[in-house]
Amino acid sequence: MSVMDKIASSKRESFITNSPWIIHYDAASCNGCDIEVLASLTPLFDVERFGVVNTGNPRHADIFLVTGSVNEQCKPVIEQIYNQMVEPKVVVACGICACSGGVFKQCYNTMGGIDQVIPVDVYVPGCAVRPQALIDGVVKAIGILRAKREAMLDGKPVPTPALRVGAELEVVRHSPDDEPAPTGADASDAAKETK
Amino acid sequence: MATKTVIPFGPQHPVLPEPVHLDLVLDDETVVEAVPQIGFIHRGLESLVDKRDYKRFVYVAERICGICSFGHSLGYSELVESLMGFQAPERAQYLRAIFHELSRIHSHVLWLGLAADAFGFESLFMHSWRLRERILDVFEACTGGRVILNFCEPGGIVRDVEATELDGIVDMLATWRGEYGQIANTFLNDSSVRSRLCGVGHLSREEVIEYGCVGPMARASGYANDIRLAGIGGYGHLAEFAPVTSDEGDCYARCKVRVEEVLQSVDIITELAGKIPEGPVFEDIKGKPADGAEAITRVEQPRGEAFYYAKGNGTMNLERFRVRTPTTTNIPGMAMALRGCDLADVPNIIMTIDPCISCTER
Repeated sequence: MSVMDKIASSKRESFITNSPWIIHYDAASCNGCDIEVLASLTPLFDVERFGVVNTGNPRHADIFLVTGSVNEQCKPVIEQIYNQMVEPKVVVACGICACSGGVFKQCYNTMGGIDQVIPVDVYVPGCAVRPQALIDGVVKAIGILRAKREAMLDGKPVPTPALRVGAELEVVRHSPDDEPAPTGADASDAAKETK
Repeated sequence: MATKTVIPFGPQHPVLPEPVHLDLVLDDETVVEAVPQIGFIHRGLESLVDKRDYKRFVYVAERICGICSFGHSLGYSELVESLMGFQAPERAQYLRAIFHELSRIHSHVLWLGLAADAFGFESLFMHSWRLRERILDVFEACTGGRVILNFCEPGGIVRDVEATELDGIVDMLATWRGEYGQIANTFLNDSSVRSRLCGVGHLSREEVIEYGCVGPMARASGYANDIRLAGIGGYGHLAEFAPVTSDEGDCYARCKVRVEEVLQSVDIITELAGKIPEGPVFEDIKGKPADGAEAITRVEQPRGEAFYYAKGNGTMNLERFRVRTPTTTNIPGMAMALRGCDLADVPNIIMTIDPCISCTER
């Protein structure tokens, strides 16, 4: 590898993707997901061993963890935090309320999901979201962060998911027709019956 | 002539896990007035009684707040039982009290961590939350959930906790208590903690009563109101204990009351687990709430008195459901305690009321 290649590859490697800083905001959630976000920073789960640091400043943050179904009053706050973050940035919707509105979807005051307000890159379901799932979501977010940074280095537009205003989250329901073919002992029994 | 400055505090602020906005009017470094503004996480979940029947609404009621989730499911269950003239089985009442005390431990230790974070003691925050995970392990083993338990329902408890499991909880708490004693010692005796908390945000007993403060905030100013020992919604007849109070009325006293209440909860759980009766834990409630029937109940949440009201209309849905939560009544007291304090003490005073904004705004 030549010296120029080394410089080029070191430019590709970034402290942003090796040590992403997160910011957390509670957008009309029940608090359960928020304390799980904090719990994943504390000794049992300890995401700091992956270089993930919690920050209170949007300008320092790379990953935006949002919990809860949005209401009209916190909508401008979320937009402001999102706009204050510098590119590349990734939004993680933590918990089923942040994904689709969850149990509060039918309430008069909720808009139903963070993706009604800002583009969401990673959806982490759960009520309340488990720290393990959250860590998995953040790891996925780091991959997206890397892809966005690569795009910026190459001078391409940063891939940003579209807003889903008014769209329903896809719910995959398994009907009895979709059941997988029986296997093993069941399969031989089923074969006998058809004979 | 000094000019007054208005500093916005929140809704997004490093010390606040939940959004609340305060306009701090400052005269130099001193807070002259604090004007709270809430509504950032109002969801309007009380209106969901139209869409869920009264038995299934307990899942929504539990999600009023993720920290005192068990307390809200307990309050709603007792409310529906009182509306239907139903008495939960005795073993279920004991188990409810045990789990309510466990959730009080989890909530107070969580709060101790957040308070340590607010006065800049990062390692104490980490140790508090490490101890809290042990309580969450009990929840997970017994109910399957860590913060939202879905354990208490109108009619009793959804799953019995066997005697061996109860013994395990008591044994765990006995060893846990020793580890907790170390961080409790730091909270109460460390000079850097004392210098941040002592004499800050003082409220006298008269002020606490006048502003309607409840829970540990009132008890820290010498006003011994503990709903667990007072009539409806209490369980003073199941276990013997007295309210933990302190007379100082400052941030240190509020911290001390919570530190001691954790130990008190351990004692209550040990006592209840020793004399829990055998029997069923769940009995299905039949029928619908009568038209115009009303019921109230109260629960001593970790943060203070929560008040529940329901009205039936003869269908499976309730006509009205209403909760008044402890933080709602503690916010005026907080605004008064903030008057005259230094700007640097504002996070401490806000944290020592143990704000639960999700409860407040529902």
